Amino acid sequence: MTNAMNQDEMHALVDRCQPEAQDQALAALDLTDPQAAETLRAWIRQRAGLHALHRSVLNEPIPASLRYTVGRLAVLQKNMNRSWQQAGIAASVVLAFGVGWISHGHLADHQTPVALAVNGLAQHEFVRQASFAHAVYLPEKRHPVEVTAAEQDHLVQWLSKRLGKPLKVPKLSEQGYELVGGRLLPGDIGARAQFMFQNEQGQRITLYLGAIDPKSEKVAQDETRFRYQSEGSSSSFYWSDQGFGYALTGEVNREKLIALATLVYQQL
Amino acid sequence: MNQQPIVAHIPGLRRYARALTGDVWTADDLVQDTLERACSRWRLWLAGTDLRAWLFTLMHNLFISQVRQSVTRARLVPTVDVDDVAHELRAPDTSASFAIDLQRCLLRLPEDQRVVILLVTMEEMSYEEVAKVTGVPVGTVMSRLSRARGRMRELLDEPREKPVAGAAQKSETVLRRMK
Repeated sequence: MTNAMNQDEMHALVDRCQPEAQDQALAALDLTDPQAAETLRAWIRQRAGLHALHRSVLNEPIPASLRYTVGRLAVLQKNMNRSWQQAGIAASVVLAFGVGWISHGHLADHQTPVALAVNGLAQHEFVRQASFAHAVYLPEKRHPVEVTAAEQDHLVQWLSKRLGKPLKVPKLSEQGYELVGGRLLPGDIGARAQFMFQNEQGQRITLYLGAIDPKSEKVAQDETRFRYQSEGSSSSFYWSDQGFGYALTGEVNREKLIALATLVYQQL
Repeated sequence: MNQQPIVAHIPGLRRYARALTGDVWTADDLVQDTLERACSRWRLWLAGTDLRAWLFTLMHNLFISQVRQSVTRARLVPTVDVDDVAHELRAPDTSASFAIDLQRCLLRLPEDQRVVILLVTMEEMSYEEVAKVTGVPVGTVMSRLSRARGRMRELLDEPREKPVAGAAQKSETVLRRMK
Protein backbone atom coordinates (compact mmCIF):
# COMPACT_ATOMS: atom_id res chain seq x y z
CA MET A 1 0.00 0.00 0.00
CA THR A 2 1.46 3.32 -1.00
CA ASN A 3 1.19 6.41 1.14
CA ALA A 4 -0.90 8.37 -1.27
CA MET A 5 -4.22 6.79 -2.08
CA ASN A 6 -6.21 8.74 -4.60
CA GLN A 7 -9.94 9.22 -4.35
CA ASP A 8 -10.78 6.76 -7.11
CA GLU A 9 -8.79 4.06 -5.35
CA MET A 10 -10.57 4.83 -2.12
CA HIS A 11 -13.96 4.50 -3.78
CA ALA A 12 -12.94 1.25 -5.40
CA LEU A 13 -11.79 -0.07 -2.05
CA VAL A 14 -15.14 0.80 -0.48
CA ASP A 15 -17.29 -0.45 -3.34
CA ARG A 16 -15.42 -3.32 -4.89
CA CYS A 17 -13.31 -4.99 -2.21
CA GLN A 18 -14.05 -7.68 0.30
CA PRO A 19 -13.96 -6.79 4.02
CA GLU A 20 -10.64 -8.61 4.45
CA ALA A 21 -8.98 -6.51 1.77
CA GLN A 22 -10.50 -3.40 3.31
CA ASP A 23 -9.18 -4.30 6.75
CA GLN A 24 -5.70 -4.84 5.35
CA ALA A 25 -5.71 -1.52 3.56
CA LEU A 26 -7.06 0.23 6.64
CA ALA A 27 -4.39 -1.28 8.87
CA ALA A 28 -1.72 -0.01 6.51
CA LEU A 29 -3.33 3.40 6.18
CA ASP A 30 -3.61 3.83 9.96
CA LEU A 31 0.18 4.01 10.00
CA THR A 32 0.72 6.16 6.94
CA ASP A 33 -2.36 8.32 6.59
CA PRO A 34 -4.73 8.15 9.56
CA GLN A 35 -6.96 10.82 8.12
CA ALA A 36 -7.55 8.83 4.95
CA ALA A 37 -8.19 5.75 7.07
CA GLU A 38 -10.84 7.62 9.01
CA THR A 39 -12.49 8.79 5.81
CA LEU A 40 -12.49 5.25 4.48
CA ARG A 41 -14.12 3.92 7.65
CA ALA A 42 -16.81 6.55 7.42
CA TRP A 43 -17.48 5.69 3.78
CA ILE A 44 -17.64 1.97 4.53
CA ARG A 45 -20.18 2.62 7.31
CA GLN A 46 -22.18 4.81 4.95
CA ARG A 47 -22.16 2.17 2.27
CA ALA A 48 -23.31 -0.56 4.64
CA GLY A 49 -26.09 1.68 5.92
CA LEU A 50 -27.28 2.71 2.46
CA HIS A 51 -27.06 -0.84 1.23
CA ALA A 52 -29.46 -1.93 3.96
CA LEU A 53 -31.71 1.15 3.78
CA HIS A 54 -35.41 0.42 3.21
CA ARG A 55 -34.64 -3.24 2.69
CA SER A 56 -38.08 -4.15 4.02
CA VAL A 57 -39.59 -2.57 0.90
CA LEU A 58 -38.15 -5.49 -1.08
CA ASN A 59 -40.47 -7.89 0.73
CA GLU A 60 -43.61 -5.78 0.56
CA PRO A 61 -46.31 -6.99 -1.81
CA ILE A 62 -46.54 -4.92 -4.97
CA PRO A 63 -49.26 -2.30 -4.42
CA ALA A 64 -52.49 -2.73 -6.34
CA SER A 65 -51.89 0.55 -8.13
CA LEU A 66 -48.78 -0.89 -9.76
CA ARG A 67 -50.05 -4.38 -10.48
CA TYR A 68 -51.96 -3.71 -13.63
CA THR A 69 -49.10 -1.88 -15.29
CA VAL A 70 -46.76 -4.64 -14.22
CA GLY A 71 -49.07 -7.15 -15.83
CA ARG A 72 -49.15 -5.25 -19.10
CA LEU A 73 -45.38 -5.08 -19.08
CA ALA A 74 -45.04 -8.75 -18.28
CA VAL A 75 -47.10 -9.64 -21.32
CA LEU A 76 -45.15 -7.21 -23.51
CA GLN A 77 -41.93 -8.69 -22.21
CA LYS A 78 -43.00 -12.23 -22.94
CA ASN A 79 -43.90 -11.29 -26.46
CA MET A 80 -40.58 -9.53 -26.84
CA ASN A 81 -38.67 -12.50 -25.56
CA ARG A 82 -40.21 -14.73 -28.15
CA SER A 83 -39.10 -14.43 -31.68
CA TRP A 84 -40.26 -11.32 -33.46
CA GLN A 85 -42.28 -13.25 -36.00
CA GLN A 86 -44.41 -14.81 -33.33
CA ALA A 87 -45.08 -11.60 -31.43
CA GLY A 88 -48.63 -10.49 -31.05
CA ILE A 89 -51.61 -12.66 -31.62
CA ALA A 90 -50.50 -14.39 -34.76
CA ALA A 91 -50.62 -17.67 -32.90
CA SER A 92 -54.36 -17.51 -32.37
CA VAL A 93 -55.95 -20.68 -33.56
CA VAL A 94 -59.58 -21.60 -33.67
CA LEU A 95 -59.85 -25.25 -32.75
CA ALA A 96 -63.49 -26.05 -32.29
CA PHE A 97 -63.33 -29.56 -33.74
CA GLY A 98 -61.08 -32.49 -33.55
CA VAL A 99 -59.84 -32.45 -30.01
CA GLY A 100 -62.48 -34.43 -28.23
CA TRP A 101 -64.90 -31.56 -28.00
CA ILE A 102 -67.21 -32.68 -30.75
CA SER A 103 -69.91 -33.81 -28.40
CA HIS A 104 -70.02 -30.39 -26.75
CA GLY A 105 -69.08 -27.95 -29.42
CA HIS A 106 -70.84 -26.64 -32.47
CA LEU A 107 -68.82 -24.77 -34.99
CA ALA A 108 -70.69 -21.63 -35.98
CA ASP A 109 -70.22 -22.24 -39.66
CA HIS A 110 -73.31 -20.28 -40.64
CA GLN A 111 -71.86 -17.04 -39.29
CA THR A 112 -70.94 -14.25 -41.63
CA PRO A 113 -67.28 -13.29 -41.77
CA VAL A 114 -68.13 -9.95 -40.09
CA ALA A 115 -69.87 -11.62 -37.18
CA LEU A 116 -66.94 -13.97 -36.83
CA ALA A 117 -64.53 -11.06 -36.82
CA VAL A 118 -66.53 -9.19 -34.17
CA ASN A 119 -66.66 -12.28 -32.04
CA GLY A 120 -63.00 -12.83 -32.64
CA LEU A 121 -62.19 -9.38 -31.30
CA ALA A 122 -64.32 -9.75 -28.19
CA GLN A 123 -62.81 -13.14 -27.54
CA HIS A 124 -59.34 -11.88 -28.11
CA GLU A 125 -59.94 -9.05 -25.66
CA PHE A 126 -61.30 -11.47 -23.09
CA VAL A 127 -58.33 -13.78 -23.47
CA ARG A 128 -55.95 -10.84 -23.36
CA GLN A 129 -57.43 -9.74 -20.04
CA ALA A 130 -57.19 -13.30 -18.79
CA SER A 131 -53.51 -13.33 -19.81
CA PHE A 132 -52.86 -10.06 -17.99
CA ALA A 133 -54.50 -11.32 -14.86
CA HIS A 134 -52.54 -14.55 -15.18
CA ALA A 135 -49.24 -12.73 -15.65
CA VAL A 136 -49.89 -10.39 -12.74
CA TYR A 137 -50.78 -12.96 -10.10
CA LEU A 138 -48.75 -15.93 -11.26
CA PRO A 139 -45.48 -14.78 -9.65
CA GLU A 140 -47.13 -13.65 -6.40
CA LYS A 141 -45.65 -15.50 -3.47
CA ARG A 142 -47.53 -13.93 -0.60
CA HIS A 143 -50.82 -12.84 -2.12
CA PRO A 144 -51.59 -15.01 -5.14
CA VAL A 145 -55.29 -15.09 -4.23
CA GLU A 146 -57.72 -13.03 -2.21
CA VAL A 147 -59.55 -15.97 -0.71
CA THR A 148 -57.73 -19.24 -0.25
CA ALA A 149 -58.93 -22.75 -0.97
CA ALA A 150 -59.32 -23.28 2.78
CA GLU A 151 -62.41 -21.09 2.57
CA GLN A 152 -63.73 -22.61 -0.60
CA ASP A 153 -67.42 -22.33 0.32
CA HIS A 154 -67.06 -18.68 1.12
CA LEU A 155 -65.02 -18.15 -2.04
CA VAL A 156 -67.66 -19.71 -4.29
CA GLN A 157 -70.51 -17.89 -2.57
CA TRP A 158 -68.76 -14.57 -2.78
CA LEU A 159 -67.70 -14.83 -6.41
CA SER A 160 -71.09 -16.23 -7.48
CA LYS A 161 -72.77 -13.23 -5.90
CA ARG A 162 -70.42 -10.74 -7.51
CA LEU A 163 -70.61 -12.35 -10.94
CA GLY A 164 -74.36 -12.85 -10.73
CA LYS A 165 -74.22 -16.53 -11.60
CA PRO A 166 -73.84 -19.64 -9.49
CA LEU A 167 -70.27 -20.78 -9.95
CA LYS A 168 -68.58 -24.07 -9.34
CA VAL A 169 -64.91 -24.64 -8.76
CA PRO A 170 -63.77 -27.50 -10.98
CA LYS A 171 -61.64 -30.27 -9.52
CA LEU A 172 -58.42 -30.78 -11.42
CA SER A 173 -56.72 -33.22 -9.06
CA GLU A 174 -56.71 -35.99 -11.65
CA GLN A 175 -54.36 -33.79 -13.70
CA GLY A 176 -52.34 -33.02 -10.58
CA TYR A 177 -53.62 -29.50 -9.86
CA GLU A 178 -55.16 -28.33 -6.62
CA LEU A 179 -57.06 -25.14 -5.96
CA VAL A 180 -55.01 -22.30 -4.43
CA GLY A 181 -57.91 -19.88 -4.21
CA GLY A 182 -59.57 -17.11 -6.13
CA ARG A 183 -59.95 -13.41 -6.59
CA LEU A 184 -62.30 -10.83 -8.01
CA LEU A 185 -61.21 -8.68 -10.95
CA PRO A 186 -62.75 -5.83 -12.95
CA GLY A 187 -64.05 -6.65 -16.42
CA ASP A 188 -65.63 -4.76 -19.30
CA ILE A 189 -69.23 -5.22 -18.24
CA GLY A 190 -68.97 -6.33 -14.65
CA ALA A 191 -66.90 -8.46 -12.41
CA ARG A 192 -64.64 -11.30 -13.45
CA ALA A 193 -63.25 -14.05 -11.30
CA GLN A 194 -59.94 -15.81 -11.34
CA PHE A 195 -59.33 -19.23 -9.82
CA MET A 196 -55.76 -20.33 -9.38
CA PHE A 197 -54.56 -23.93 -9.33
CA GLN A 198 -51.14 -25.29 -8.61
CA ASN A 199 -49.48 -28.66 -9.06
CA GLU A 200 -46.82 -30.31 -6.90
CA GLN A 201 -44.03 -28.69 -8.90
CA GLY A 202 -45.48 -25.29 -8.07
CA GLN A 203 -46.67 -24.70 -11.63
CA ARG A 204 -49.75 -22.55 -11.68
CA ILE A 205 -52.68 -22.31 -14.05
CA THR A 206 -55.57 -19.88 -13.81
CA LEU A 207 -59.19 -20.07 -14.82
CA TYR A 208 -60.63 -16.67 -15.69
CA LEU A 209 -64.35 -16.26 -16.14
CA GLY A 210 -67.04 -13.67 -16.46
CA ALA A 211 -69.92 -12.32 -18.49
CA ILE A 212 -69.20 -11.30 -22.06
CA ASP A 213 -70.67 -8.20 -23.63
CA PRO A 214 -73.91 -9.57 -25.17
CA LYS A 215 -73.67 -7.14 -28.10
CA SER A 216 -70.43 -8.59 -29.38
CA GLU A 217 -71.35 -12.11 -28.51
CA LYS A 218 -74.99 -12.19 -29.58
CA VAL A 219 -74.40 -14.40 -32.59
CA ALA A 220 -72.92 -17.10 -30.46
CA GLN A 221 -75.10 -16.73 -27.40
CA ASP A 222 -76.51 -20.19 -27.54
CA GLU A 223 -73.40 -21.85 -28.74
CA THR A 224 -70.22 -23.02 -27.28
CA ARG A 225 -67.15 -21.83 -29.08
CA PHE A 226 -63.57 -22.75 -28.48
CA ARG A 227 -60.35 -21.02 -29.24
CA TYR A 228 -56.73 -21.67 -28.46
CA GLN A 229 -54.58 -18.59 -28.16
CA SER A 230 -50.95 -18.22 -27.27
CA GLU A 231 -49.60 -14.98 -25.88
CA GLY A 232 -45.97 -14.93 -24.85
CA SER A 233 -44.93 -18.08 -23.06
CA SER A 234 -48.40 -18.72 -21.75
CA SER A 235 -51.29 -20.07 -23.72
CA SER A 236 -55.00 -19.88 -23.12
CA PHE A 237 -57.90 -22.07 -23.99
CA TYR A 238 -61.03 -20.02 -24.35
CA TRP A 239 -64.65 -20.88 -24.72
CA SER A 240 -67.94 -19.18 -24.14
CA ASP A 241 -71.14 -20.70 -22.99
CA GLN A 242 -74.47 -18.91 -22.64
CA GLY A 243 -73.05 -15.42 -22.40
CA PHE A 244 -70.27 -16.41 -20.09
CA GLY A 245 -66.63 -16.54 -21.12
CA TYR A 246 -63.97 -18.86 -19.74
CA ALA A 247 -60.23 -18.79 -20.29
CA LEU A 248 -57.84 -21.34 -18.88
CA THR A 249 -54.28 -20.02 -18.98
CA GLY A 250 -50.97 -21.61 -18.15
CA GLU A 251 -47.39 -22.20 -19.17
CA VAL A 252 -48.19 -25.72 -20.33
CA ASN A 253 -48.24 -27.32 -23.74
CA ARG A 254 -51.33 -27.42 -25.85
CA GLU A 255 -52.25 -31.04 -25.21
CA LYS A 256 -52.01 -30.60 -21.46
CA LEU A 257 -54.03 -27.39 -21.58
CA ILE A 258 -56.73 -29.05 -23.65
CA ALA A 259 -56.89 -31.98 -21.23
CA LEU A 260 -57.30 -29.53 -18.35
CA ALA A 261 -59.85 -27.43 -20.21
CA THR A 262 -61.86 -30.54 -20.98
CA LEU A 263 -61.96 -31.38 -17.30
CA VAL A 264 -63.08 -27.86 -16.44
CA TYR A 265 -65.71 -27.79 -19.14
CA GLN A 266 -67.21 -31.09 -18.11
CA GLN A 267 -67.65 -29.94 -14.54
CA LEU A 268 -69.07 -26.48 -15.08
CA MET B 1 -30.52 -12.52 -22.74
CA ASN B 2 -32.19 -11.18 -19.67
CA GLN B 3 -35.15 -13.48 -19.13
CA GLN B 4 -35.88 -12.24 -15.64
CA PRO B 5 -39.52 -11.21 -15.48
CA ILE B 6 -40.15 -7.52 -15.16
CA VAL B 7 -41.98 -7.98 -11.88
CA ALA B 8 -38.72 -9.12 -10.33
CA HIS B 9 -37.39 -5.59 -10.71
CA ILE B 10 -40.34 -3.79 -9.15
CA PRO B 11 -39.34 -4.22 -5.48
CA GLY B 12 -35.87 -2.88 -6.28
CA LEU B 13 -37.29 0.09 -8.16
CA ARG B 14 -39.65 0.84 -5.28
CA ARG B 15 -36.87 0.75 -2.73
CA TYR B 16 -34.59 2.95 -4.80
CA ALA B 17 -37.44 5.42 -5.40
CA ARG B 18 -38.18 5.45 -1.68
CA ALA B 19 -34.63 6.43 -0.87
CA LEU B 20 -34.54 8.92 -3.71
CA THR B 21 -37.72 10.76 -2.75
CA GLY B 22 -37.93 10.00 0.98
CA ASP B 23 -41.65 9.49 0.68
CA VAL B 24 -43.75 6.35 0.23
CA TRP B 25 -46.38 7.84 -2.09
CA THR B 26 -44.06 9.98 -4.15
CA ALA B 27 -41.87 6.92 -4.61
CA ASP B 28 -44.68 4.69 -5.85
CA ASP B 29 -45.88 7.46 -8.15
CA LEU B 30 -42.41 7.55 -9.62
CA VAL B 31 -42.40 3.79 -10.07
CA GLN B 32 -45.84 3.96 -11.70
CA ASP B 33 -44.66 6.67 -14.11
CA THR B 34 -41.60 4.57 -14.88
CA LEU B 35 -43.69 1.51 -15.68
CA GLU B 36 -46.06 3.55 -17.84
CA ARG B 37 -43.14 4.91 -19.76
CA ALA B 38 -41.71 1.42 -20.10
CA CYS B 39 -45.03 0.30 -21.62
CA SER B 40 -45.06 3.11 -24.14
CA ARG B 41 -41.42 2.75 -25.07
CA TRP B 42 -41.25 -1.00 -24.97
CA ARG B 43 -40.40 -1.22 -28.66
CA LEU B 44 -37.31 0.87 -28.02
CA TRP B 45 -35.94 -1.62 -25.55
CA LEU B 46 -33.59 -3.98 -27.31
CA ALA B 47 -34.30 -7.49 -26.21
CA GLY B 48 -31.14 -8.89 -24.76
CA THR B 49 -29.87 -5.67 -23.23
CA ASP B 50 -29.97 -5.16 -19.49
CA LEU B 51 -33.61 -4.72 -18.50
CA ARG B 52 -32.78 -3.46 -15.02
CA ALA B 53 -30.44 -0.78 -16.33
CA TRP B 54 -33.10 0.28 -18.83
CA LEU B 55 -35.76 0.62 -16.13
CA PHE B 56 -33.42 2.57 -13.87
CA THR B 57 -32.55 4.86 -16.76
CA LEU B 58 -36.23 5.55 -17.42
CA MET B 59 -36.76 6.26 -13.75
CA HIS B 60 -33.71 8.48 -13.56
CA ASN B 61 -34.84 10.62 -16.48
CA LEU B 62 -38.33 10.96 -15.02
CA PHE B 63 -36.99 11.85 -11.60
CA ILE B 64 -34.63 14.50 -12.93
CA SER B 65 -37.30 16.07 -15.14
CA GLN B 66 -39.75 16.10 -12.24
CA VAL B 67 -37.18 17.76 -10.01
CA ARG B 68 -36.51 20.38 -12.66
CA GLN B 69 -40.20 20.99 -13.19
CA SER B 70 -40.99 21.61 -9.56
CA VAL B 71 -37.92 22.71 -7.72
CA THR B 72 -40.00 24.21 -4.95
CA ARG B 73 -41.93 21.06 -4.27
CA ALA B 74 -38.78 18.98 -4.33
CA ARG B 75 -37.28 21.23 -1.68
CA LEU B 76 -40.37 20.95 0.43
CA VAL B 77 -40.07 17.20 0.78
CA PRO B 78 -36.81 17.12 2.73
CA THR B 79 -37.96 19.93 5.02
CA VAL B 80 -41.13 18.12 5.92
CA ASP B 81 -39.22 14.93 6.39
CA VAL B 82 -36.71 16.45 8.80
CA ASP B 83 -39.53 17.81 10.93
CA ASP B 84 -41.28 14.49 10.89
CA VAL B 85 -38.32 12.51 12.08
CA ALA B 86 -36.84 15.14 14.42
CA HIS B 87 -38.36 13.52 17.51
CA GLU B 88 -37.03 10.14 16.49
CA LEU B 89 -33.48 11.42 16.56
CA ARG B 90 -33.68 11.27 20.33
CA ALA B 91 -33.62 7.51 20.15
CA PRO B 92 -30.32 5.80 20.94
CA ASP B 93 -28.09 5.14 17.98
CA THR B 94 -29.66 1.91 16.84
CA SER B 95 -29.68 0.78 13.25
CA ALA B 96 -33.21 2.13 12.89
CA SER B 97 -32.19 5.63 13.86
CA PHE B 98 -29.10 5.34 11.69
CA ALA B 99 -31.42 4.56 8.79
CA ILE B 100 -33.52 7.63 9.57
CA ASP B 101 -30.35 9.72 9.75
CA LEU B 102 -29.20 8.35 6.43
CA GLN B 103 -32.50 9.09 4.73
CA ARG B 104 -32.56 12.61 6.17
CA CYS B 105 -29.02 13.30 5.01
CA LEU B 106 -29.69 11.80 1.58
CA LEU B 107 -32.49 14.27 1.04
CA ARG B 108 -30.15 17.13 1.80
CA LEU B 109 -27.78 16.10 -0.98
CA PRO B 110 -28.21 17.66 -4.40
CA GLU B 111 -30.23 15.26 -6.58
CA ASP B 112 -27.38 14.38 -8.93
CA GLN B 113 -25.19 13.34 -6.01
CA ARG B 114 -28.02 11.47 -4.30
CA VAL B 115 -28.67 9.46 -7.45
CA VAL B 116 -25.03 8.45 -7.82
CA ILE B 117 -24.42 7.41 -4.23
CA LEU B 118 -27.64 5.36 -4.18
CA LEU B 119 -26.96 3.58 -7.46
CA VAL B 120 -23.45 2.71 -6.27
CA THR B 121 -24.26 1.60 -2.73
CA MET B 122 -27.89 0.52 -2.62
CA GLU B 123 -28.08 -0.87 -6.16
CA GLU B 124 -24.45 -2.04 -6.28
CA MET B 125 -24.01 -0.79 -9.83
CA SER B 126 -20.55 -0.41 -11.29
CA TYR B 127 -19.36 3.14 -11.98
CA GLU B 128 -19.74 2.42 -15.70
CA GLU B 129 -23.34 1.30 -15.23
CA VAL B 130 -24.09 4.43 -13.21
CA ALA B 131 -22.58 6.52 -15.99
CA LYS B 132 -24.89 4.84 -18.50
CA VAL B 133 -28.01 5.20 -16.39
CA THR B 134 -27.37 8.85 -15.58
CA GLY B 135 -26.01 9.72 -19.02
CA VAL B 136 -22.79 11.35 -17.82
CA PRO B 137 -19.12 10.34 -18.20
CA VAL B 138 -17.55 8.04 -15.60
CA GLY B 139 -15.33 10.92 -14.45
CA THR B 140 -18.42 12.91 -13.53
CA VAL B 141 -19.83 9.92 -11.68
CA MET B 142 -16.65 9.67 -9.64
CA SER B 143 -16.57 13.35 -8.73
CA ARG B 144 -20.26 13.28 -7.76
CA LEU B 145 -19.61 10.21 -5.67
CA SER B 146 -16.74 11.95 -3.88
CA ARG B 147 -18.84 14.99 -3.15
CA ALA B 148 -21.80 12.88 -2.05
CA ARG B 149 -19.68 10.83 0.36
CA GLY B 150 -17.97 13.89 1.74
CA ARG B 151 -21.22 15.72 2.27
CA MET B 152 -22.96 12.68 3.76
CA ARG B 153 -20.16 12.34 6.25
CA GLU B 154 -20.47 15.97 7.32
CA LEU B 155 -24.22 15.71 7.62
CA LEU B 156 -24.11 12.46 9.55
CA ASP B 157 -21.58 13.88 11.98
CA GLU B 158 -23.57 17.05 12.58
CA PRO B 159 -26.40 15.85 14.79
CA ARG B 160 -24.21 13.42 16.66
CA GLU B 161 -22.29 16.18 18.38
CA LYS B 162 -25.43 17.66 19.91
CA PRO B 163 -28.03 15.04 19.21
CA VAL B 164 -30.90 15.70 21.59
CA ALA B 165 -30.29 18.95 23.44
CA GLY B 166 -30.35 21.09 20.34
CA ALA B 167 -33.70 19.92 19.04
CA ALA B 168 -35.35 19.98 22.44
CA GLN B 169 -34.11 23.44 23.32
CA LYS B 170 -35.23 24.76 20.01
CA SER B 171 -38.79 23.60 20.41
CA GLU B 172 -38.89 24.90 24.00
CA THR B 173 -37.73 28.27 22.76
CA VAL B 174 -40.53 28.32 20.25
CA LEU B 175 -43.07 27.45 22.91
CA ARG B 176 -41.86 30.11 25.25
CA ARG B 177 -42.06 32.72 22.58
CA MET B 178 -45.59 31.76 21.83
CA LYS B 179 -46.64 32.45 25.39
